[in-house]
Amino acid sequence: MADGVMKRMSLIFKSKANKALDKYEDPRETLDYSYQKQMELLQKVRRGVADVATSRKRVELQMKKLQQEGDKLEGQARKALELGREDLAREALTRRANISAQIGDLNTQYESLQGQEENLIRQSKALEAKVEAFRTQKETIKATYTAAQAQAQIGEAFSGISEEMGDVGMAIQRAQDKTAQLQARASAVDELMTSGALDDPTGLAKDDITRQLESLSAGGAVDDQLAKMKLELSGGGNGNKALESGSGTSYASKSGEISDADVLKDGGSA
Amino acid sequence: MIVRILGEGQLVLEKDALAELNKLDDALMAAVEAGQQQPFGEAMSALLDKVRELGTPLPVEDLKPSDFILPSAYSSLDEVRDLLSSDGLIPG
Repeated sequence: MADGVMKRMSLIFKSKANKALDKYEDPRETLDYSYQKQMELLQKVRRGVADVATSRKRVELQMKKLQQEGDKLEGQARKALELGREDLAREALTRRANISAQIGDLNTQYESLQGQEENLIRQSKALEAKVEAFRTQKETIKATYTAAQAQAQIGEAFSGISEEMGDVGMAIQRAQDKTAQLQARASAVDELMTSGALDDPTGLAKDDITRQLESLSAGGAVDDQLAKMKLELSGGGNGNKALESGSGTSYASKSGEISDADVLKDGGSA
Repeated sequence: MIVRILGEGQLVLEKDALAELNKLDDALMAAVEAGQQQPFGEAMSALLDKVRELGTPLPVEDLKPSDFILPSAYSSLDEVRDLLSSDGLIPG
């Protein structure tokens, strides 16, 4: 236990490389085998970079959708207030706060993903440079091969590259875990949206606040129309006055009563 | 000497930086063994910052293996413990 973290970790990497090196009798085989592994890893890293970019774009899209939803709720809150429905306005703003929290959450993930993407790109370039150096060295070693010197030469190049591969391999693993996590989260948000808790992303289905607001305005329009009809029936003499009082929803029932009375009166005199 | 920070790359440091790094490394090891989150985070940052401060990047096409390897800045305490207890985390 005398060794600290940094020594122990380097020993672990070295023993891993040595184990791989020992698998082959002719060290030249190790070189070819390792090179093949390196090319495979490079492919994997490139795919990893692409996957992270896809995930990042998906989060970006979701944040935009949520932002639109938040804006819509704010508009609804305003409209509800205009119609005197503070309860609905409060509901809309509460949902909006919930959405803001989700956006904040996604944004954190977005930034960490962006950082990961940049790191992976950098590591992928470093690996590419090392693989190319390894290829050159491999050819040199093979051309001038003598068993005595080969072991040492190959050993160094091999542990150098295998250390890099271990490092990049872990980074890829981490990126894959992260994107899987994100995918799960993205699906959860999608589910919330389609279940109507946030809103239908297609915008086709109406949420309950919209329905209530619409029925409120529709109710007002019906009241207005009723009042107007009653006025027309009553002969329109004092029509302007009745229409004015009928235009506000709060007066609807009152003006209704007046109109009813007028209608009855008119009916009686006819 | 060459030090690798996982996820970042390799850095070249003067040999006489080792005493200072060892001190920071001992603190990190102690925090890992004690399993204490906050001292672990602090010790990690201190060690990584020192290596970054004293080191110059090794050219990427250089194939030299590192003398010392450090966990990445994103590693959690559990990840570091796993790294040290086995080679299970290192693929390939």
